[in-house]
Amino acid sequence: MLHQPITKNYHDFIIERDPEKCIQCQVCVRQCSYGAHIYNEKDERVTEDETRCVGCHRCEALCPTGALTIRRNPSEFRENALWAPQFIKNIYKQADTGGILLTGMGNPYPYPVYWDRMVLDASQVTNPSIDPLREPMELRTWLGSKPDAIEVEMKKGKPKLTTNFSPQLQVNYPILFSAMSYGSINLNVHVGLARAAEELGILYNTGEGGLHQSLYKYGKNTIVQCASGRFGVDSKYLNAGVAIEIKIGQGAKPGIGGHLPGEKIGKEISITRMIPEGSDAISPAPHHDIYSIEDLRQLIYALKEATDYEKPVFVKIAAVHNSAAIASGIARAGADVIAIDGFRGGTGAAPTMIRDNVGIPIELALASVDERLRQEGIRNRVSLLAAGGIRCSADVVKAIALGADAVYIGTAALIAVGCTVCQRCYTGKCPWGIATNDPYLAKRINPDIAHRRLANLVRAWGHEIQEMLGGMGLNAIESLRGNREKLRGVGLNEVELNILGIKHAGA
Amino acid sequence: MKKVYAREDVCIGCRLCEIACIVEHSISKDIIRAFKQEEKRPARNVVEECGPVSFSVHCRHCDEPPCVQVCISGAMVKDPKTGRVRNISEKCVGCWSCVMACPYGVIKRDTDQGKVIKCDLCPDRDLPACVSACPNEALLYEEK
Repeated sequence: MLHQPITKNYHDFIIERDPEKCIQCQVCVRQCSYGAHIYNEKDERVTEDETRCVGCHRCEALCPTGALTIRRNPSEFRENALWAPQFIKNIYKQADTGGILLTGMGNPYPYPVYWDRMVLDASQVTNPSIDPLREPMELRTWLGSKPDAIEVEMKKGKPKLTTNFSPQLQVNYPILFSAMSYGSINLNVHVGLARAAEELGILYNTGEGGLHQSLYKYGKNTIVQCASGRFGVDSKYLNAGVAIEIKIGQGAKPGIGGHLPGEKIGKEISITRMIPEGSDAISPAPHHDIYSIEDLRQLIYALKEATDYEKPVFVKIAAVHNSAAIASGIARAGADVIAIDGFRGGTGAAPTMIRDNVGIPIELALASVDERLRQEGIRNRVSLLAAGGIRCSADVVKAIALGADAVYIGTAALIAVGCTVCQRCYTGKCPWGIATNDPYLAKRINPDIAHRRLANLVRAWGHEIQEMLGGMGLNAIESLRGNREKLRGVGLNEVELNILGIKHAGA
Repeated sequence: MKKVYAREDVCIGCRLCEIACIVEHSISKDIIRAFKQEEKRPARNVVEECGPVSFSVHCRHCDEPPCVQVCISGAMVKDPKTGRVRNISEKCVGCWSCVMACPYGVIKRDTDQGKVIKCDLCPDRDLPACVSACPNEALLYEEK
């Protein structure tokens, strides 16, 4: 074998091609955007370059004869509990390039997943539901700041509410699509998200990449984001959705900004982001006008002023050590909704070291924020959104029982449209057509299919949530919120139980 | 009549439609046998591709089909009931006049048998094979 660079010797995956089944149709060659499948015209045979395989499984999914299997490369380094293969391979890569390691999606490391250490209650004798899928089982909720008390006046023998409410958003499911910018994902995915949100009566979030002209019509189901780069922000944009989200931080990369390289700023993205074609879109780590809670308050009220106090303002932060104190400050700064993004939240691109080592689990952050706001008597002033690593409807139920009003799903939504979490979003070559703006690849997302699949997912989770609610003897998602009595910990220590505010199973 | 329509905006150029066509018109109708053991015949549709633009071109089953007009042996006929343009293999003499006359370039030569082959909209199926094989719903079988 001829000499190869060290990074090529220890590739992650092997491509198994069953010669009995392969018909040399070259579908794999056309589907692989990384060039792992190669058609050799002279031999009229498809071969492979396994060093290029990222393990996205696109070829396997489209192979018409099932001839392909993508496996982990079984070649192993000598066992070493400290020097796990990823550390060795990362060092090889950096010794080659001298660069920062980049990655995509959320933190994949085996930190404890607290969702899996909490179990739900069921009432069997006292007030079980008879059939939660047919009885009224309310999943609808309202997001926004609630008053400390309500005043009612009797008029002609009938009570009339006299309290002025802050703007409230009605959502039919406690599940929203989280911020993913146009640029990090393409317009076809955005169209799918927007249409699904419209059909379901929920909201999707534009992310920081502005709002494409063709999507203004979905305004009633849109949260527009205002992030540190201020891309695509003008008064028309701020008034286009039903809410504005100030993005302070992102769970996958707390304390880090974003960078969409100039090569990816094509015509449409340039118009939508309101920046010149081909220029780098750099989102600084902080907003350059926010260096304190007081500054944040100014931006919150500037945005409220710009929208006639008609739209709730969300503030999204990454879950970090002092989330509770920060959230208290945000609530007092006048935010209507606080979104907390845990360290498993996804990203289109982040430095690997940041993604894997910065931030805290959403379960702990959510519980401590909810508890702190309750202690301070200001929980009613904000709605809480939990984000980052919500994988199934049970996670949604547990998040709400821990104190969330609703959850954001990002990765789950992308998986619904084909993502296999290969973590190569930052290359812009997503073979599933999601995290790419290459027109050849972006066509792989058919907005009609994306719309259908996203709507199916949320509806399916809705049914499951109804069944779990019914099982717990509840009939509305609002009765579950912060109802930690419905949760029990399994295999958690006292500190963890205290932070989560739950009892251990059996107690 | 129902025809196959291509959606250029979501065609991903994978050519699974061509593969499905070959299998459907093979003797065994088994994908591996059709490709590995049987005489290889061309697909009856053509995926045209130029950069990111791609779409599958199918017989339009024209109202006034040029292929029928030029056929010297009466093999190419338009069924007055179904509207489908069909090639009666036994009558075809392989003069290729229809191949030259077709404005869409979707009549293929089967040089082994010296006859033409063309889209028959899969008479044995509810949905043509190409349409059901498309992974991105880029082919529609409908009345327009």
